[in-house]
Amino acid sequence: MILITSIIAFLGVALLFYVLFAGADFGGGILELFLGKNLRKEQRALVTRAMAPVWEANHVWLVLAIVILFMGFPSIYTTMSVSLHLPLMAVLVGIVFRGCAFTFRHYDTYGKEFFSLYSRAFALSSVWTSFFLGVLGGAMIFGRIDPRTLGFAESYVAPWLNLFCLAMGLFTVCLFAFLAAVFLTGEADTRELRAVFRRKAALANGALIVTGALVFAFAEWGGHPLTKEFFASPLSLTCFVTASILWFPFWRSLRREGRGPTLSVRVIGVAIVALVLFGWYAVQFPVAVRFADGTGLNFYTEAAPGPTLNALLVALIAGTLLIFPALGYLFKVFKWETLEQKR
Amino acid sequence: MDNLFAARSQMALSLGFHIIFASIGMAMPFFMAASHWIFLKHKDPDYRRLTQAWSKGVAIFFAVGAVSGTALSFELGLLFPGFMKHAGPIIGMPFSWEGTAFFLEAIALGLFLYGWDRLKPWVHWGSGLVVGISGVASAFFVICANAWMNSPAGFDWNGGNPINIDPWAAMFNDAAFLQGLHMTVAAFQAVGFAVAGLHSWLGLRTRHAFHLKAVKIAFTFAAVASLVQPIVGDFAAKSVARRQPIKLAAMESLFETTKSAPLLIGGIPDLETGRNRFAIELPGMLSFLAFGKFDAEVKGLNDFPREHWPPVAVVHYAFQLMVALGSLMALLSVAGLFFLWKRPEQFTRGWFPKALVGAIPLGFIAIEAGWTVTEVGRQPWIIYNVLKTADAVTPRPGVVYTLALYAFLYLFLTAVVTFLMWRQTLSLHRELREGET
Repeated sequence: MILITSIIAFLGVALLFYVLFAGADFGGGILELFLGKNLRKEQRALVTRAMAPVWEANHVWLVLAIVILFMGFPSIYTTMSVSLHLPLMAVLVGIVFRGCAFTFRHYDTYGKEFFSLYSRAFALSSVWTSFFLGVLGGAMIFGRIDPRTLGFAESYVAPWLNLFCLAMGLFTVCLFAFLAAVFLTGEADTRELRAVFRRKAALANGALIVTGALVFAFAEWGGHPLTKEFFASPLSLTCFVTASILWFPFWRSLRREGRGPTLSVRVIGVAIVALVLFGWYAVQFPVAVRFADGTGLNFYTEAAPGPTLNALLVALIAGTLLIFPALGYLFKVFKWETLEQKR
Repeated sequence: MDNLFAARSQMALSLGFHIIFASIGMAMPFFMAASHWIFLKHKDPDYRRLTQAWSKGVAIFFAVGAVSGTALSFELGLLFPGFMKHAGPIIGMPFSWEGTAFFLEAIALGLFLYGWDRLKPWVHWGSGLVVGISGVASAFFVICANAWMNSPAGFDWNGGNPINIDPWAAMFNDAAFLQGLHMTVAAFQAVGFAVAGLHSWLGLRTRHAFHLKAVKIAFTFAAVASLVQPIVGDFAAKSVARRQPIKLAAMESLFETTKSAPLLIGGIPDLETGRNRFAIELPGMLSFLAFGKFDAEVKGLNDFPREHWPPVAVVHYAFQLMVALGSLMALLSVAGLFFLWKRPEQFTRGWFPKALVGAIPLGFIAIEAGWTVTEVGRQPWIIYNVLKTADAVTPRPGVVYTLALYAFLYLFLTAVVTFLMWRQTLSLHRELREGET
């Protein structure tokens, strides 16, 4: 029991970090679709500078989550890779496109003739990938998966093609855009650029509330008791209330950001996103995937045998001991030291 | 096309592409670190340029290889759910270590690519080396998982379900070390020859000394690997002979169990008559190579039930192709090492640079052939002597469509990567021209 719980905790943390860090990278691409009229070049340059050294490392949190599912919860992994194969593929294709476009924009120094193509591909694939990540999350909770069907459409399409999942996709796009705007406000080095990203943070915040409402509306409309469950669970309710309260200091520090970069807007922004994710965990837990017939795959009953979990935990702890210092060093060199220079 | 064949084709296609991306991701960082080391020692700006050019290649192939590897794990779940259900808990562990290695690789790559002005020179060099080490480590871990399919360990099979699972024993199975070593050396061989050939070709066209420097680094790696490989390969074959006698029999197209069995060169296996046509036989050599004694008994295919035979001809041809290409690369390496030592001018004129250009694909073809031997040679089993591929394949329809989708995806990736490499070469050459004027 404790063993399974600690492995689920690792899974939760890996997903959290993926959403916070890779999510912000996705958001950087999403924001490039909405550059507006002012400082277009500077905005792109800032996104590139902020992402370039860390985005590959940020992506690996997803790989870690996949590995934990693969080894620790094989039936959950297998069900997802069959029923949700198309959105998973969509995510992977998006990740490739995005990585290539980003790398090429940075490295294709031969000429500028492809620059706008790379940029367009980077922005669009950022939206695409974030959208399908949201669809995946939605499909796991919405309960349209039928593990026994042998039909093509029922197997591969029905589990995720519905308004709720699409709303989840949009919500995720807005969530990532919000995160990126918040981070980039702090990374911008001129007053004007900071103003641009502050405005984006405010707009993304509005879009987040609208699409969040859509998610609940479509859940209701699809006959899913999400709203009831969400507000019945003390944990998710706490997350919701805390996130709502945090909105006031967030707006205050966003306004103050005009005078100079502060850390508080980023800390609060990250906290809000983390609370949204925790709210989802609380509703979902301990069921990983819900089926159409009302049953589902529970983490505790689907976990691999004890020796496997033991070995997995050892690998995860050893991995953490190796990864965190290295990751800390990476962020120290490219994030903290630049922040120091700015001051 | 039936589901099983479509599913196997999709895995073959995906692995076939992935292994090329992954090999480049394994070996290139070491070339890059070698060039970087020379730069730091001698301060010749060409080596800095070369290091940066290669590091961009590493970055591109890392990104593509990472994603094609992730796609593979989903494909396994999609196409062979019967395998994943059992295999995940037993053999998932190397994957979790691979995740760690992969993480370190991504971090080190970020440090290396963007650390030119921020890190101390030798710390920076070290980060490049960590990219290579963790790349090789993650390949090793993944191969542990594949080796387990050839040499299952760490569980007891109880009426279709694994019990007494020991993930450590599964990871360190009998086949793991040699298979991993064989592949790692092969990656250095293949990528070394490809890079040396490419720069040799560019050097013949542009006559720029820069390319000669690149050729020498890449070729040295390739040559050492090519001379080590026959020894490693011999150990690997002995291990197959011990663990999977039927695979060895198919590789050598040996039908009857024979004492002092001959080694075949060429030969068309005829399954009906159980003979090989047009084969050159080296008496006793197979016994010697497989068991170290000229009169040792080697088991033939006829000792096994027919339904357990892998596709003999495919395995036999693939094995012969791999060995032939390996020998060719070893010969080229001997010649090249001699030139490097006594006649360095031969690297820019005469037949040798052209031969290097011709050798660009050899290592990769040999790798593909080698994996064909491993994978096709294990059929009809997905876990050797435990679970049949046909029993693990998905019961759902429509695998042909995902096959088409993946074929398109990999072709697209290849086109994209090729395009980018071409652009890199163009900008490198412009930089070189500017450096001259």
